[in-house]
Amino acid sequence: MALSSDRPISLAILAMGGQGGGVLAGWIVAAAERAGWFAQSTSVPGVAQRTGATLYYVEMIAAAEGHAPVLSLMPSPGDVDLVLATEYMEAGRAILRGLVTPTRTTLIASTHRAFAIAETSVPGRGIADSGAVTAAIGVAAKRMIAFDMERVATARGSVISASMLGALAASRTLPFPREAFERAISADGRGTEASLRAFDAAYEIASGAPTEVERPPARANDLQGSAGHPVLAALVQRVRDGFPLSLQEIILAGLRKLVGFQDPAYGAEYLDRLAALHRLDDAHDGAPRSFAFTGTSAKYLANAMAYDDVIRVADLKTLGTRFVRVKADVTEGDDKLVTMTEFMHPRMAELVGLLPAKLGLWLERRPGLFGFLDRRISKGRRIRTDALRGFLTLYSIAALRQRRRRSLRHSREMRHIEAWLATATALLPRHYDLAVEVIACRRLIKGYSDTHARGFSKFDRVLGALPRLESRNDAALWLRRLRQAALQDEEGTALDGALRTIAGLD
Amino acid sequence: MAERSFAREVEDLRLGEGEVFRGEGILAITKALLQSGVAYVGGYQGAPISHLMDVLADAKEVLDELGVQFVSSASEAAAAAMLSASVMYPIRGAVTWKSPVGTNVAADALANLASGGVTGGALIIVGEDYGEGSSIMQERSHAFAMKSQVWLLDPRPNLESLVKAVEDGFALSEASNTPVMLEVRIRACHVHGQFRTKANRRPSFTLKEAQDNPRRDVNRIVLPPASYLHETEKIEARWPKAVAYIKEHRLNEMFGPTDGGVGIILQGGMYNGVIRALQQLGLADVYGETRVPLYVLNLTYPLIEDEVAAFCDSKSAVLVVEEGAPDFIEQAVGAILRRRSIAAALSGKDVLPMGGEYTASVLLKGMGAFIEAHAGALLGNRPPLPDPAPVLADPAVKALAATVPPRPPGFCIGCPERPIFAAMKLVEKELGPHHVAADIGCHLFSILPPFNIGATTMGYGLGPASAAAFNAPGAKRSIAVMGDGGFWHNGLTSSVGNAVYNRHDGVILVVDNFYSAATGGQDIPSSRAGNARRKTNNPIARAVRGVGARWVRQIDRTYDVAQMRDTLRQALTTKEPGPKIIVAASECMLNKQRREKPRFAAAVKNGKRMVKQRFGVDEDICTGDHACIRLSGCPSLTVKETGDILRDDPVAAIDNSCVGCGNCGEVAEAAVLCPSFYRADIIHNPTGWDRFVAGIRAAVIGFLQRRRAARRVVFAD
Repeated sequence: MALSSDRPISLAILAMGGQGGGVLAGWIVAAAERAGWFAQSTSVPGVAQRTGATLYYVEMIAAAEGHAPVLSLMPSPGDVDLVLATEYMEAGRAILRGLVTPTRTTLIASTHRAFAIAETSVPGRGIADSGAVTAAIGVAAKRMIAFDMERVATARGSVISASMLGALAASRTLPFPREAFERAISADGRGTEASLRAFDAAYEIASGAPTEVERPPARANDLQGSAGHPVLAALVQRVRDGFPLSLQEIILAGLRKLVGFQDPAYGAEYLDRLAALHRLDDAHDGAPRSFAFTGTSAKYLANAMAYDDVIRVADLKTLGTRFVRVKADVTEGDDKLVTMTEFMHPRMAELVGLLPAKLGLWLERRPGLFGFLDRRISKGRRIRTDALRGFLTLYSIAALRQRRRRSLRHSREMRHIEAWLATATALLPRHYDLAVEVIACRRLIKGYSDTHARGFSKFDRVLGALPRLESRNDAALWLRRLRQAALQDEEGTALDGALRTIAGLD
Repeated sequence: MAERSFAREVEDLRLGEGEVFRGEGILAITKALLQSGVAYVGGYQGAPISHLMDVLADAKEVLDELGVQFVSSASEAAAAAMLSASVMYPIRGAVTWKSPVGTNVAADALANLASGGVTGGALIIVGEDYGEGSSIMQERSHAFAMKSQVWLLDPRPNLESLVKAVEDGFALSEASNTPVMLEVRIRACHVHGQFRTKANRRPSFTLKEAQDNPRRDVNRIVLPPASYLHETEKIEARWPKAVAYIKEHRLNEMFGPTDGGVGIILQGGMYNGVIRALQQLGLADVYGETRVPLYVLNLTYPLIEDEVAAFCDSKSAVLVVEEGAPDFIEQAVGAILRRRSIAAALSGKDVLPMGGEYTASVLLKGMGAFIEAHAGALLGNRPPLPDPAPVLADPAVKALAATVPPRPPGFCIGCPERPIFAAMKLVEKELGPHHVAADIGCHLFSILPPFNIGATTMGYGLGPASAAAFNAPGAKRSIAVMGDGGFWHNGLTSSVGNAVYNRHDGVILVVDNFYSAATGGQDIPSSRAGNARRKTNNPIARAVRGVGARWVRQIDRTYDVAQMRDTLRQALTTKEPGPKIIVAASECMLNKQRREKPRFAAAVKNGKRMVKQRFGVDEDICTGDHACIRLSGCPSLTVKETGDILRDDPVAAIDNSCVGCGNCGEVAEAAVLCPSFYRADIIHNPTGWDRFVAGIRAAVIGFLQRRRAARRVVFAD
């Protein structure tokens, strides 16, 4: 008895629940059936329908008369012709499951990222490296078609299943004409026009050259021609004249931030401090280290000086450019009106920071009065920035910028900056790398209210390990580890663990 | 079904003689019921059989035409009990549920039904929720069939075979006076395929006839001495009748040569996987031609001893392909071989794993090992097997394992349950952690990041019951969570009534989202939507008061995080004795959007003034700490790169999928997180007045903004 050598085409779709993977599988089956093929699809949606990773599997074979094919209900690793990944990390998951192999598999993947909760919930940077997926695709796939299919679809008022089908049709890996796919979409009857537009666009892109993975546009930090004011031009010139070329970009970014935060004089103050740090850097053999101390200071000093106070928030919320941006973000720029409501919860602690230092301190020393006022002030407030009353409230607070330097908050921030820089500069002569790490620890301080307080406490605990570390050659490495641990979780559990390790070092 | 229409699927139920049905396995089974002259259908929804329930709930006209009664049962126990209609009358009935969880619940009624036996065909369709995609404990329904003596069908997973299994099941049930269970796995329920339909049949004996001419026979009632007679009757009468029917109608199938040296005995549900593995080994083709003899058990209980013996007799070795533990079939085959002194070597769980899904690679490995050991010559020149190992061993791919993040399921965008758990987190920060007993339902996602709330889950509607022991005087109160689905399934009595009666001092949080949401949004007694065929709008708060609860708080907008938090705090600290019951109610967003989205779009299209809300984050104000995400986990609240070289961390961002539920703003406000969140109200088709007011505002605000910008020296953007 001779066995037939016919074999089905196998196709796996890796998707997230709610992305329409089932619709896509349905279209593929419909296109195959329309072409007279026998097609079978399966899925295991279950709870994964609720945003979890899931898989749809399709097998297709040219129907032989009188022979019902026996098709598999699940993919065999190493035996899949086509893998469609509706998100870039899902392409990675397909590879890890062994579904993508170099002799067989065409991988069609959307390069966009939908971040998983593990990536977004860390207090610092948790985003997985898309480069690792790209590298693995290079090893695993026979052929790849990858571009941002999500954007292609949404820009045309459709969803990713439509653009993925376009890319699949263009890949010519299935022996069905373009029309078979298009008719599968039309037969569905829902949102057909938009889906066909997305299909067409993706078809064109996939038929052309493979496109690059897209990166977010960098903010312009080249200020050469755009300083726009003689005072600013002079500041830019100071940067050009006084600092190494490699550091100018970040220093200019810091300068821009601080001029926006306060005024050009504050920008000049930043450059003064930085110039002093740079001189020390130079004196302690910074040149062969590419002036890492100055560079790191440029970044964190700018962030520290542009602290997040009520004035800054009010100022940013009332800027004309923000109004334009919000409207563009939430509408497609057509004939709609937009109102804006801010969700704020001011507390006495923030307001007292606005007061002149002496008055603020006086209030803080009277907990009864302070508490009384806090109970009046501390509550959730919804402020309509597009309406006059709400706008004027924030606009007036933003006007306090002129008096900011006399405020309690400012004096505290400056004192903290002085102490922090003093710690770092004291270490510089003996322990250059450690000094750089001390500067970088400023990253731990961010956020508002409790988050801010927690950041301060982590900063203090990390730097509190310095006396134990100072004498070690690998002190910089340890301080870096502590900082990374502090960014791993909110409560500081990882940091506690790391500190215990350090306490046990000999 | 309130918010989703199955009208298209209902049309498929009308297909007549010789037409082609194209669709899902579970819908093919639904159609097969009508072709078999079923008189009543009931069940409890749950993956993977929800669609059977959903489609029939929408198919009133078709069912009325045929005279078929459809019941949305309160629980699987209620569904199984309904099969008693087939005890005294020659009426065909079918029930369905997710298994083995549903079978656990139904066990009492099933055992009673099986003891007395049936006259009309009684079919239990169980969606075997096992392996990838499953959401429950990994067990087998097989044990229930064995212990109660219910025959178990496990057909090959193609639509023709599934439909035939339904028809066979009814006939076998009637021939042997025994209920029959039809086991269908997840993938088979969702498999898309085709079969040729037959015309629907009206029941030959109707429910009306039965009700108008009631019969009783004390020998069918489970009470001594009849119960002892049942036991004997099961073994001496019903079993032989079943074996005779199965043999005569060849419910089990043989494939391949009759004289092969080795053979494979397999569950019907494993057939496609086994054929694919044989194909990869070069021993079968895609049309099912095989060089290895196969004995396919479309009926896995009881085993037909003669057939097994005949299949094994001439062979040197047989392999049993049986998914899951324990190895009931393999043990039974072993006993037959021993009893009949058949020398064939028995293989099974020695080459295949005892537990876990029999995936393609598992089958290939195990079957390859069996054939290599007992019939290596068959493998010929050994074609290369599909093998991802070289790719997986590549350093670039290995590195990926640490990169690709897990993606567990979670609450949907705008889910009203999210703010409940955000409030619990806030209370936890104030009062410390409490023992939290979880339940079955969407709310169980609270156990995953970012909430990490909930210690155990003991069964549907049993959350508060599972906290019953935690009633130590003076201790921190336990919190038990239960959904509205679980509440009506049995939670009202087992959990709430139980807590009231025993004066339990804990907190019971009933999550009321207006539907049995996790199973697909079916209506339940407390659903708010009007339902012409069911009595809805029965408030949970009234029900709990009815069983004696005193401290009851109803929250009608769960998104009010501050109120949620305050109510929880109060429940945990009040001096009032007895259970503290909070009913937290807001509509399931998935179902709400399903209804409202098309309505909104239509209104906008017709030029009506409509307001849509969306949330946003000011990226310059966000500091990238992500505390908001740790209190939310909403898929639309994510992060993005700023492109700002001064920043290390990505900032929070809200993408286009936001439905404007308001949770993130409420959380930021209640938890005093940060002022980055804003809500944008987008007014479609604004009125003249809207434009007038907006124009004045824009003029004044624009003037002030321009004035400030002109006085300020900043770098241009």
